[in-house]
Order: sequence, then structure tokens, then C-alpha cells
Amino acid sequence: MALHALTIHELREMLASGQVSAVEVTRDVLDRIEKVEDKVKAYITLDPELALQQAETADKKLKDGTGGALCGIPVSVKDVLCTDGMRTTCGSRILENFVPPYDATTVVKLKQAGAVLIGKVSMDEFAMGSTSEHCAFGPPKNPWNTEYICGGSSGGSAASVAAGECIASLGTDTGGSIRQPASHCGVVGLKPTYGRVSRYGLVAFASSLDQVGPLTKDVTDCAQMMNVISGYDANDSTSVPQEAPDFRNALTEGLRGMKIGIPKEYFLEGLDPEVEKNVLKGIDLLREAGAETVEVSLPHTDYCVAVYYLIAPAEASSNLARYDGVRYGLRDKTSDALVDMYRNSRSQGFGDEVKRRIIIGTYALSSGYYDAYYKKASQVRTLITEDYRKVFERCDVLVSPVNPTPAWKLAEKIDDPMSVYLSDILTISANLAGIPGISVPCGFSGEGLPIGLQIQGAHFQEEKLLSAAFNLEQRLNISHLRPDNL
Amino acid sequence: MKITPEEILHVANLARLHMSQEEVGAMARHLDDILTYVVKLNELDTEGIIPTTHAISIVNAFREDEVKPSLDREKALANGPEQNGESFVVPRVI
Repeated sequence: MALHALTIHELREMLASGQVSAVEVTRDVLDRIEKVEDKVKAYITLDPELALQQAETADKKLKDGTGGALCGIPVSVKDVLCTDGMRTTCGSRILENFVPPYDATTVVKLKQAGAVLIGKVSMDEFAMGSTSEHCAFGPPKNPWNTEYICGGSSGGSAASVAAGECIASLGTDTGGSIRQPASHCGVVGLKPTYGRVSRYGLVAFASSLDQVGPLTKDVTDCAQMMNVISGYDANDSTSVPQEAPDFRNALTEGLRGMKIGIPKEYFLEGLDPEVEKNVLKGIDLLREAGAETVEVSLPHTDYCVAVYYLIAPAEASSNLARYDGVRYGLRDKTSDALVDMYRNSRSQGFGDEVKRRIIIGTYALSSGYYDAYYKKASQVRTLITEDYRKVFERCDVLVSPVNPTPAWKLAEKIDDPMSVYLSDILTISANLAGIPGISVPCGFSGEGLPIGLQIQGAHFQEEKLLSAAFNLEQRLNISHLRPDNL
Repeated sequence: MKITPEEILHVANLARLHMSQEEVGAMARHLDDILTYVVKLNELDTEGIIPTTHAISIVNAFREDEVKPSLDREKALANGPEQNGESFVVPRVI
């Protein structure tokens, strides 16, 4: 296999033994980008020169044995995370030329581990979307079939990993934005427990829901990335002062009676038969690995979309108030009064989906409507969290589909936001409750589009997720497959 | 639950967004879809349920009141559309 098609763990071993140099690995990834980026369009900002400089530094570190866990590994970062000196747009015209003066904590950690930052990848504007079509700089295309969506909002992250345009990526997940594109692009994507990974330097969309997480080619790489990015950060007041374990300890053979709950509400009407077939096959394999299954219920599942599409926009309306043209971002310079400047800058800079959500959120929080919408949604959020608490008394993890269907064609649902919102039903609840969830590839549709299987667990139980995902991956033996017609 | 153009314009003003007639029309349609959908939350009895504001409960995330280096002024001003080396320059308020 070409270097760009290998995993972190395979490359890191080759780099350690001197079989290959960091510069060679980065060159191979850059060559790959040159070859396929026209078709995939995963990147918003690329800096090949800087990448090669970092690779040279990595080679020095490898030589004197001071290389970190990701030393010499090319990574991409979703353009919603601040990178010092490297443009960060959040997929929006309003930040088209914004250059952050600092690195997000997760970026600092990647750099400390020796990763080579290749560039920033595309996303739905301000992480609002499930297809990455709301990117002001153009959508990324699914590497398995470029007429199809990558999913979103971390579409660029998923596409760049799947296409070999980086070895791993950092994405973010507010309502499914790591897990769903991971599923559509055939890679592993994990949303950690809320508070497990620092949000410092993550441009905020919905502060009580946002989490940063890895997208990788396999579960072993996912565990390695989690080791690098997890941990308490004093700069994030929602960061949990809980030591993260070595997640690689979860990568053991056999599930020894692990209890897997199958939530009946997730096998919903309208579930694509191929998705169902592949997920059920995955569940069989988990049984073979030693797990026991039990049918469970998350009775408030049907309300999670309504809850999310009130709470997330409400939080977003507050978080996006800062984009006013004063200190950074687009400013309408023709305005001669302050409020006009705010209004014009924001109206020119924000895309339609962002405006839609700001309006919904402002409405839900406005006087006279707050109780009926925002407060009500927050109460139902408590019920959803309680569903999970009860269910995890009866089982260790939950297994289900990630998305009701495989990826659909670009532009197919662009005028029907409601139908896209409804497709988030299987991923949203995890964010509302703050629990971790992973998407792991479990098969393909008849048209060759990837299908993912979702594993959810109780707070801080990422190890159980990784363990189940690892055992599934070992038995499926498809993690080496790569899209072959780019 | 039909949202009126007046309500949309009021909310748009709160959010400091300008909306053309056309945009108000399109927004009204989409918002109606969403607001009609979320009405289903009223099927649930939430009497006495405490709203969730924090997924994970953390109390008193404080630090010691020590002076630490902050962001260098030049860096802080660097992305400013208009700045005079000291502050951001904006049009008059009134």
C-alpha cells in the first residue's frame, strides 16, 4: 500500500525503525492531495511548505529519539478549530480572512505529539449542517462516489481521511457531526464524553453540546488520537478534571459477556434495509466475540430532533452574536452607523442555514416564547438523559445504526432542511446527554457507499466503545479497504 | 403555528440581521416547518422536571486570582478591519 493509505500505527512503527522518513510520508500525502483534491475538495487551506518544514523537524526528533506518539504523522484539522497563524474560516465568508493568534488546546496537543499539520478542512458553516454543503467555499465530495455527500458537518475531515489526503483528522460533533460523516465515508469517528476533550480554541456553535474528536482509518488509530487529545484543560471551564486512561488498553480480543443493548426505537420506520442488514450482521459478529445482547428502549428518542433544533440554535444565536465586524471578520465598510455595520456585516457574511438557525434560536429565547420552546426543550433533554441512565443499568453499551440511510446525492436535499434535520435522529441524543458515541464501518450499500455502526456508552466509558468497535473491526476485516476510483 | 413576517422581522432585528422581502418569505416557510414540528414536545408532561443546562455537572471551575500574561495587543488587533494601533475603530454609535 502507498504511504498515504496506511494507518497511524503502521506508519509510526516504520518511522521509528527508520524504514521511512517523515518527509517521505508528508510528500506522499501531498502528492496524493495533488492527484485527488480536485475531485474531493476536502481542503479549505493547505500549506505544503509549512507541512514539509514540520516533517523535517519530525525527522530530527525521530533521529534523537524524542518523537511523540504522532511524530511525522500528517493530519488535517476541521476549520472550526483555531490554528495559530493559519487561516480559520469555520466554512464561512464572515471569517474568510481570519487568522487566529493562538492554537486550540487540541491542536497544541497534536503538535506536541509531533503531528504534521497539512491544512484545514471543509465543513458546514459554523458546524451547522449534516452534509457539508453549507460550506461557503464549496462542499467536499464523498471519496467513494464523488456525486454523493460526505455527510457533515465534519465532511472535510471524513473525506480527507478516506481519500488518503491525511492519515487522521480532528473533527467536531454537536449533533452527530463526527459520527455521521464517518459513517458516510467509511472511517472511524468518535465523539467523546462531554468534557473529556478541551473546547478551548474550538469556535463555539452550541456550547453545551460541542465536542472535539478524532476521525481515523481504524479503531487502533482512534484510541491513539484519543490518548493525545484527551485530558483536563484549565482554559475550558467545562473540561472535566478526570484522568484519561490509556485508551489502547481497550483494544483486546474478546468481549467476555459485555452486555449490548439494542434500542428498539433506533430501528425505526424508514430505516434503509441495507443499513439494517449490515448493522444486524455487525451485532451477530459482536455476539461471536462474546457479547450478550438485550433489547432495550429509549422511549424519548422520537423527541430528540425537536429538542436539539431548539437548544442548538438557541445556543448558536448567543455564540454567533460576536460576529459583528468590530474585532475580526467581515466588516461592511459602507455603514456609517454602528448598528447598521453590525446588521450589514452579519447579513453579508452569514449563509442561509446559519441565518435560519440564528432566527430560530433568537425566537426560541425571546420574551414570551422562552418557556414554551427553550425551557420545554431543556426539560425534555433531562428526560432523554434519564432514558440513557436507566438503560445503562441494564447494559454496557448500545449498538445501532448511525444514520437511517447511506449518503445521498449532492444537492438532493438542499431545499429541504427539515428532512435533513430528521436524519439526525440517531446521533443527536448522545450530545444532549453528553455521552460518548463511536461510528465504525460495518459494510457497504449495493451502490458501494459505506455504512457505519454506532456504539454508545455511559459517561466516560469510551474504553467499552473502543473495545466493542475493535472486536467488530477485527471480525469484519474491511478496515484496509480504500476508495479506488479517485 | 404560523409565524408572521412581522415576527420574523422583529426577531431578525434582535439578531442584527437584515432580511429582504424575499428572504422573509423563504424564512417563514422553513421556520413554519420547524415550529410545526417542535410542537410535538407538548405531548410530554414535563411538570416538575428540572431543565438540563449542563450535560456534565461541574461546580466552581475557578482558578487562583493571579495575574498571568494575556494576549499581546498587536496580536489582538491584527484581525481588526480597522484599528489605530491601540483600539478597534468603528463608526459612531448614534
